[in-house]
Amino acid sequence: MKMIPDGVEDEEKWLAAGIAGFQQNAFYMHRALDSNNLREALKYSTQMLSELRTSRLSPHKYYELYMRAFDELRKLEMFFKEETRRGCSIIDLYELVQHAGNILPRLYLLCTVGSVYIKSKEAPAKDVLKDLVEMCRGIQHPVRGLFLRSYLAQVSRDKLPDIGSEYEGDADTVVDAVEFVLQNFTEMNKLWVRMQHQGPAREKEKREKERNELRDLVGKNLHVLSQIEGIDLDMYKDTVLPRVLEQVVNCKDELAQYYLMDCIIQVFPDEYHLQTLDVLLGAFPQLQPTVDIKTVLSRLMERLSNYAASSADVLPEFLQVEAFSKLNNAIGKVIEAQPDMPILGVITLYSSLLTFTLHVHPDRLDYADQVLGACVRRLSGKGKLEDNKATKQIVALLSAPLEKYNDIVTALNLSNYPRVMEYLDSETNKVMATVIIQSIMKNKTRISTADRVEALFDLIKGLIKDLDGTLGDEVDEDDFKEEQNSVARLILLLYNDNLEEMFKIICMVRKHILVGGPKRLPFTVPPLVFSSLKLVRQLQGQEENPSGEEESTTPKKIFQLLNQTVETLSNIPSPELALQLYLQCAEAANDCDLEPVAYEFFTQAYILYEEEISDSRAQVTAIHLIIGTLQKMHVFGIENRDTLTHKATGYSAKLLKKPDQCRAVYACSHLFWVDDQDNVKDGERVLLCLKRALRIANAAQQMSNAARGSTGSVTLFVEILNKYLYFFEKGNPHITVAAIQSLIELIKSEMQSDSNTPDPAADAFFASTLRYMEFQKQKGGAIGEKYEPIKV
Amino acid sequence: MNFLIGAFKPACNISITFSDGKTRKQISIEPFQGKKIEHNGVKVELLGQIEMYFDRGNFYDFISLVRELDVPGDIYERKTYPFEFSMVETPYETYNGVNVQLRYVLKVTVSRNYGGSIMEYQEFMVCNYPPPPSINNTIKMEVGIEDCMNIEFEYNISKYHLKDVIIGKIYFLLVRIKIKNMDLEIRRRESTGSGANTHVETETLAKFELMDGAPVRGMLITSYFLHILRPDVAGESIPIRLFLSPYELTPTHRNINNKFSVKYYLNLVLVDEEDGRYFKQQEITMYRLQDS
Repeated sequence: MKMIPDGVEDEEKWLAAGIAGFQQNAFYMHRALDSNNLREALKYSTQMLSELRTSRLSPHKYYELYMRAFDELRKLEMFFKEETRRGCSIIDLYELVQHAGNILPRLYLLCTVGSVYIKSKEAPAKDVLKDLVEMCRGIQHPVRGLFLRSYLAQVSRDKLPDIGSEYEGDADTVVDAVEFVLQNFTEMNKLWVRMQHQGPAREKEKREKERNELRDLVGKNLHVLSQIEGIDLDMYKDTVLPRVLEQVVNCKDELAQYYLMDCIIQVFPDEYHLQTLDVLLGAFPQLQPTVDIKTVLSRLMERLSNYAASSADVLPEFLQVEAFSKLNNAIGKVIEAQPDMPILGVITLYSSLLTFTLHVHPDRLDYADQVLGACVRRLSGKGKLEDNKATKQIVALLSAPLEKYNDIVTALNLSNYPRVMEYLDSETNKVMATVIIQSIMKNKTRISTADRVEALFDLIKGLIKDLDGTLGDEVDEDDFKEEQNSVARLILLLYNDNLEEMFKIICMVRKHILVGGPKRLPFTVPPLVFSSLKLVRQLQGQEENPSGEEESTTPKKIFQLLNQTVETLSNIPSPELALQLYLQCAEAANDCDLEPVAYEFFTQAYILYEEEISDSRAQVTAIHLIIGTLQKMHVFGIENRDTLTHKATGYSAKLLKKPDQCRAVYACSHLFWVDDQDNVKDGERVLLCLKRALRIANAAQQMSNAARGSTGSVTLFVEILNKYLYFFEKGNPHITVAAIQSLIELIKSEMQSDSNTPDPAADAFFASTLRYMEFQKQKGGAIGEKYEPIKV
Repeated sequence: MNFLIGAFKPACNISITFSDGKTRKQISIEPFQGKKIEHNGVKVELLGQIEMYFDRGNFYDFISLVRELDVPGDIYERKTYPFEFSMVETPYETYNGVNVQLRYVLKVTVSRNYGGSIMEYQEFMVCNYPPPPSINNTIKMEVGIEDCMNIEFEYNISKYHLKDVIIGKIYFLLVRIKIKNMDLEIRRRESTGSGANTHVETETLAKFELMDGAPVRGMLITSYFLHILRPDVAGESIPIRLFLSPYELTPTHRNINNKFSVKYYLNLVLVDEEDGRYFKQQEITMYRLQDS
């Protein structure tokens, strides 16, 4: 027979022809069945089944034909059953069908009669089954044999002499059932494996595809085995598993070994796997080197993990059989037996093992560490991973402990954890670091010792500094911010009640973040500063009851550290941020009554202001921060205060825009009048500031008039009026009713001036200021009296 | 024998009946109404004959026995003659082959002076039931083509009765030929004549497919006896079970009166994908077994 190269169309034709022949004979068979004509029924059923003798169909098409045969044979089986009821001996019938000359129809008929034979119980089921499975050896053609035996498996599956079955036999009944299924399985597997050698070599790929389509026919037997009630653990251990494995190993076929191992794992109960781990695992290193063992073994471990997770009662079993060490050994052996296994496979295996041990031995961190260690050994000498999938697997591997323990602290105890991370490329390393930080934040994990912080920063160093090789190229700005923000949040989470330890933590963090480079420092320094300041305040609170020895950590020391830390920001340069932080530190130093320290911080802030901050907007922001902070400082002596105040006022007057100048100047007025500081109540200089502000506001009006032909809004005046009122109420003797009165008049006239640009907001502001004054008047009392003379 | 009705019809009806089914028989002669038969005596013969078809009509009698039933006289009405051939040796079975037949016949002769003698024949079958063979060995044989194929087959016994079942197994030890299928044939070899005139006719009576497809390819079973210890791993064994009852077989006949022989053979045929045939023929002995 010559195969025509483009065989698809022809195949359709052949199938159609096959079906036509089949239907015709089926028709005559039906007629014979209807007229109870046994001879004719046999004749036409044999002819009908002869269509299955074809070699021209692919398994897929052959299956169509087979399914038709299957349906017809059910009718025939019914007929045979009726025949026996009509007095035809089943034994005669069993012989009669064997007279057929062609083997394939003969065996299909034999299986069909065999089914009736077993049901009749005229012979023990085991004898009939044994005969059937033996006779089926006659079909050695792979596809035809597989389908025939599949038919046998199908008709026999409810007739096995299983315990509790109506076909149960003598004492060894289960053995008989098992033997039957095993034999059929073995034969089917042989046929299946042999299929690859049939036909020309150039069609090998197509054949492998076809083989794959047929695999479930073989696997079905294992499924049937797993359904046999009578198979207890002993029997599984002594007979079923060894026999199945023997077949799997000996067939030396990649496809079969992969599929069948997986099948074994999936169909039999977890408990059995656990108790036969030795045997099962022993088979793996014997498989062909190309078999995808990692997937199969991973599935086994996954199943066992789930089993362990299903109930705490089963855990002792795992311990008893030393499941972990067995799996660990097996993996080692498999990797040695398959030197060509890609690193992905290795990692997948260890990843599964880790998941397994985390589920089964959550208390045995050393196991987890062993797994990671083994993984490191396999990775060593291979450099960074290039393989995307492998990288993903490592991430999965490393994430597993975090997910399990919800606690990075546990992972930090795994000495091999960071060593595994080293094999990740820097991008993935960052991802992993982010995962770790997220885990910490999600679980609010407390990392409370410097050692752990050290370990943690070692883990997340991908985020902390530029790892070699990557020069910060092509990093997405948003991603980078996101990462660094998470690092910042992490820094704030590091905390210990013990201040001594907390100081160590801070030093540790500082050590790590300072190497982060100019892009990271603006993100990482502020949280460190605030964390330190928090510690300062705690030390402050403790100083009242000093417990003696812990003198090593003092606010002073911390401030020194802070000074150096913030300085790094000014070098990057990030002067605005540095300035803010200096001021924060100054405020803290103020609270600690450390005048020189506070002064130093201010000095640094001023230097930055003078030398680094040149943008006028930034200047405005900075000057207001300076004023605000300085106003609150109480630690300074008169001299220092004067110096600083003077400087601040000077800066204010030198701002670029008039309105900015004006606002800064009137804000400076607060520097001379602090409510809770009796020594800072210099009413005269307050007035001077306000007057100066007025002058500037006026100048601003005029400038505006000159430049645009209209005066600006009166907002600045109204603002100054409010400052007047504030100090007036505070009892500054230099703020007089007359001054207020004249300011009001000034504003009113400005508003009515022709050149005034209408400004509803300013109008409203002024109106509500006036309303406020009216309100104060009506309130009566001391304030009311004060306001009384002012005419609104 | 053809007679013109009325003119040449026989003068009487002769019927031969087996009165007890064994050796005692009787013959009754009944003339047609109103006629009488004059005869010179009535006799009956028992003949065992072999007829070769190349020499049709020429019978060789290996048995010829005569019983005189009546002295010369007249028969007016129905007359019955009981007779008996007792203790007759019938060494050969009735056989009806391609080129030869062996038959047994009873011949009644009413001798007459005129009108010719009246003869009547009655054939009967002879079946012999030899005692079942005391020695019935297994047939076991290894055959092969060097480096291509090596198979071993066995049939459970070498002597089969006509309704027997052939049970056996074929072991494939080495198969490097692409076998398509394997059949078991039952062949009958009938040889007639002797010496230079021997004529042999072979018929295939049964063609029974044993195997579809090819077993293990290119696998040499190193240990020859492995299949005895572990048949499941030693290549493939293919079962044989052939019921003989559907086929029309006779017992084996060896050198019947130096005239002919009938022998049976089992022929194991392997067909490769190019339709090449490889076969091995084994003689088996067929015998008739008395129903118990």
